[in-house]
Amino acid sequence: MTLPFFPPTDSPGPDFARLLGRVGLQPVVPQGDGASLAPHATTIVALRYVDGVVMAGDRRATAGTDIAHRGVEKVFPADRHSGVAIAGSAGMAIEMVKLFQVQLEHYEKINGNALSLEGKANQLAQMIRSHLPMAMQGFVIVPLFAGYDTRRHVGRIFTYDATGGRYEETDFNATGSGGRDARLTIKLGWNPDMERAAAIELAVQALYEAADEDSATGGPDVVRGIYPTVATITESGYTAVTVEEVAERFAALVQRRSESAGGNVP
Amino acid sequence: MSMPFYVAPEQFMKDKADYARKGIARGRALVAAVYDAGIVLAAENPSTNLHKVSEIYDRIAFAGVGRYNEFDQLRVAGVQHADSKGYQYSREDVDARALANLYAQHLGLVFTHEAKPFEVEILVAEVAPSPDGDQLFRVLYDGTVSDETNFSALGGDSETIGERMTAAFEAGWTLAAALKASVGALAGPERTLAAADLEVAVLDRAAPRRAFRRLTDGEVESLLA
Repeated sequence: MTLPFFPPTDSPGPDFARLLGRVGLQPVVPQGDGASLAPHATTIVALRYVDGVVMAGDRRATAGTDIAHRGVEKVFPADRHSGVAIAGSAGMAIEMVKLFQVQLEHYEKINGNALSLEGKANQLAQMIRSHLPMAMQGFVIVPLFAGYDTRRHVGRIFTYDATGGRYEETDFNATGSGGRDARLTIKLGWNPDMERAAAIELAVQALYEAADEDSATGGPDVVRGIYPTVATITESGYTAVTVEEVAERFAALVQRRSESAGGNVP
Repeated sequence: MSMPFYVAPEQFMKDKADYARKGIARGRALVAAVYDAGIVLAAENPSTNLHKVSEIYDRIAFAGVGRYNEFDQLRVAGVQHADSKGYQYSREDVDARALANLYAQHLGLVFTHEAKPFEVEILVAEVAPSPDGDQLFRVLYDGTVSDETNFSALGGDSETIGERMTAAFEAGWTLAAALKASVGALAGPERTLAAADLEVAVLDRAAPRRAFRRLTDGEVESLLA
């Protein structure tokens, strides 16, 4: 390896993706339909609460009707004050997250200060747009981006479409195959004064309902001890909620459901 | 027909080295020292925005003295190298030694081939799980690399500052003790340096990933008190 030196008029600056192109590490775009090549990652949710945002995602990846993986992570820290969750073609989505994480840190180190939350959201939109040729081959990625805006002191949520369209959500959203059920659950339970515990409870409930209706969404796997990923993003940064706490919430939820329904409700 | 004057190669190199050394000596110095919980980097720098000490990667810091635009160019190249290497292979594969060697090659090449050498001296520091694994690589304007132990002094008057550090150094000292000694060594017996005149950062041994952290003037003040 050599030190990458660029003339000032032609430097990639803080743009890591451009730097990769310049050092010859950018992938080529294949031809044909490859949708069936890679497993699919599904339901992810994000909702605002008084201190910031809660993000959560189930752990299942599917390939057609097969369960490809039971323990996939779909919620990642993007940097100190933001997180990104992925739905869609798993391998490429995870790769995009990795690139996004490096890009945010790269910008921060080269420039000496972090991007604004708006800037990070736009950066991700550009990455999805440049992924469009791959989306047309069947490798669609639809992430959720959420973070704590340290300038406005508020949690914010952004959703995307496959073409890089970026939409800011007012309070919550969910995407992926079980997104519809998850979103409906949050819509019915959400209020603007929610504290941390209530927000986590609602996220857990949304994933439970999604798993109940959608075969591609994984529920709590008590046998293997695999539970959905839940994280909070507040003024003090991105924090993953412990597996124990998530397991407790699910246990309480299952208990309540079996008592009220008596196991007989469709 | 005009003939260029003959200059002996020895003289040519010596002139370049003198030029670089003079440029570096005009700037203010910098000290890095290993302490029990990390590495502290302290520079005499009244500017709060133009940094002499910065982050390269998870456990690697960069420090430079001399001409700002030149060492900043080296810093940016270092970040670009480290980030693309970490992305291509793994975060664990980015190390200070390889980076110091690349800097040495580049500085050496510029020193021998270009009309004007870099007027900089740089330090690449990497913090390890225990103090005996810490690495401090000092790279001079002509590409000379030295692997320093315990501490390193850069810039004008670095020899005197190094002697003061040798006298003060104690293995396993705390951040406060290491910073006090470093600042004392930078200032010398006739001056005192306040927190506002200093730029201080640490590589925190216990940090889970990104070990680099800048200390605020308030933190520096309370450590020096």
